Amino acid sequence: MKSSALAKWIVSREGLYYLILAALLIVVLPLFLDPFRLNMVGKYLTYAFVAIGLVMCWGKAGILSLGQGVFFGLGGYCMAMFLKLEASTPEATTIQSTPGIPDFMDWNRITELPWFWEPFNSFSFTLLAVIGVPMLLAFIIGLAMFTRRVGGVYFAIITQAIAAILTILIIGQQGYTGGVNGITDLQTLNGWDIRTDEARITLYFICVGMLFLCLFVARFVENRKLGRILVAMNAQENRVRFSGYDVAAFKIFVFCLAAAFAGIGGAMFTLLVGFMSPSFIGIVASIEMVIFCALGGRLSILGAVYGALLVNAAKSGFSESFPELWPFAMGALFIGVVLAFPNGLAGLYRSYVMPLEDRLFKRNKAQANSVAKLATAKPEAKKSDNYDAITDTYSPEKS
Amino acid sequence: MSAAKKNSSDFLLAVEGLTVSFDGFKAVDNLSFYLDPKEIRVIIGPNGAGKTTVLDLICGKTKATSGSIKFAGKELTKLKEHQIVHSGVGRKFQTPSVFEDLTVFENLEVSYPKGHSVVGALAFKRDAKVIEAVEEVAATIFLTDALNESAASLSHGQKQWLEIGMLLIQKPALLMLDEPVAGMSVAERKKTAELLRVITKDHTVLVIEHDMQFVGDIADRVTVMHQGKVLSEGSIEHVKSDPKVIEVYLGH
Repeated sequence: MKSSALAKWIVSREGLYYLILAALLIVVLPLFLDPFRLNMVGKYLTYAFVAIGLVMCWGKAGILSLGQGVFFGLGGYCMAMFLKLEASTPEATTIQSTPGIPDFMDWNRITELPWFWEPFNSFSFTLLAVIGVPMLLAFIIGLAMFTRRVGGVYFAIITQAIAAILTILIIGQQGYTGGVNGITDLQTLNGWDIRTDEARITLYFICVGMLFLCLFVARFVENRKLGRILVAMNAQENRVRFSGYDVAAFKIFVFCLAAAFAGIGGAMFTLLVGFMSPSFIGIVASIEMVIFCALGGRLSILGAVYGALLVNAAKSGFSESFPELWPFAMGALFIGVVLAFPNGLAGLYRSYVMPLEDRLFKRNKAQANSVAKLATAKPEAKKSDNYDAITDTYSPEKS
Repeated sequence: MSAAKKNSSDFLLAVEGLTVSFDGFKAVDNLSFYLDPKEIRVIIGPNGAGKTTVLDLICGKTKATSGSIKFAGKELTKLKEHQIVHSGVGRKFQTPSVFEDLTVFENLEVSYPKGHSVVGALAFKRDAKVIEAVEEVAATIFLTDALNESAASLSHGQKQWLEIGMLLIQKPALLMLDEPVAGMSVAERKKTAELLRVITKDHTVLVIEHDMQFVGDIADRVTVMHQGKVLSEGSIEHVKSDPKVIEVYLGH
């Protein structure tokens, strides 16, 4: 019964959108791009993780965070710390005055591995930390803000401030964090060299796999009653509260979820790019992440993936030819999206392409139905089926 | 119940010495009133009398400066909003507050009193019981045919009914309605009065209303508020003939 439901979903319209994305990411791009370009696409995809989180957090629940780079960075740094420790064996670092610790620590006259670096010798701890550390910080921020009913612009400003604080902290504590250069010269993951083309291609596919995992988690949440509560909270917070829900708990949940996604994205970024630095987590980076989400469509998790891909591809393309113009183009893009199509690409798709699809689908369905009617007089569908259809109309964001 | 009952536990709702002050201005000033189970009480009074604030205080939207609100023997002033809802108090706001991005069905489903925690809301299943409850309430609020429509597409009156329905599905012991017929057409008012009569068969209802005709139609007792205090209380006839009420509210 379960597998038939799955088969049904795959041939549904929403399933088709997922298939198209999967085909694009798993077949088309690897087929046509050289390893270097594919690696870049992988890097763009790591931002899609953040964008999916922002759809849940901002698009659905109305919590605008301008500090998602923080969680992206924490995930990325956790992974980078593990890789750095692996690269800093006593044998590889014999020229240092203290062999066996990361090189930048040695340069900063640190003679002992700091206590918070110790657990990152363990790979399983690192994997937990990639999700756990961002979630823990999100939980603390959420607890402090949402239970005090801080929201809207104030919340956005505070998250932005946190992004600034974390950047300053990382840059300032050079001996512990690698400072402005970040954590560089990462080489192997459990002995597997991540710098080769084959490794990068493998990592790309792992990244795509993780992305789909996150997409399915997000989709699961948005299709549950919890998803409807998030949407409800966005417009009528008080009504939700006086329907018996602890609004703060739901906000904390979705903020933590978005942080977990961002953390996974950050870790994949470190693996794909081979280093992590504060420039990927600060204010500008965090705002860019919101733009990916806005352009893709802040109500659609699949739209967010396309948004992250397109904006980053445009950024690379543009920066290669006119590096100094990109920030202006980005600004114009954001203003354009906000003014002209506030629901982003997914919104455009829904209002212009979907009606065309509807007509196509209907024609096919009408034909199929007339055939079916001739064969058997079908009994009326049960009432409850009608209502289940709601979930269907609800979920296909352009998805 | 024991023979030696204290007065505040006889009532479903006992408000005693309730005061709230905003920057020194006492919007509600040492207010006391009591609701019997299954009673329909209407609060009337001129603008700024503190009527809506009283509802805000009971449902926890505003915190009291002093005084007590006992509901079914439970002190509400210390509870959080959602805990007050769970104790059985439902509140309808003055302007219709429904979830416009959701369908009528989903609006009622979200209000269904199950799966209130984060985990519960993730695990919540739309089972036969939920569907039955939603359909039952939808029939009561005249929205059976609109279940699959988006709440945004409803008329003003229908939104008011939907919000009442969202309270009904919670099965609260006390329903608080803030101007339920404001902005409604005459036909809608009639239907709403009918709806309230059905509701009041098994709920205690506290209503704020201006329309004296409507008040007379539904009220068991009327409390007149003025400047945060009770000016008069009793049957509609009693209140209507009270010279103090005529002076400040009804006019000569």
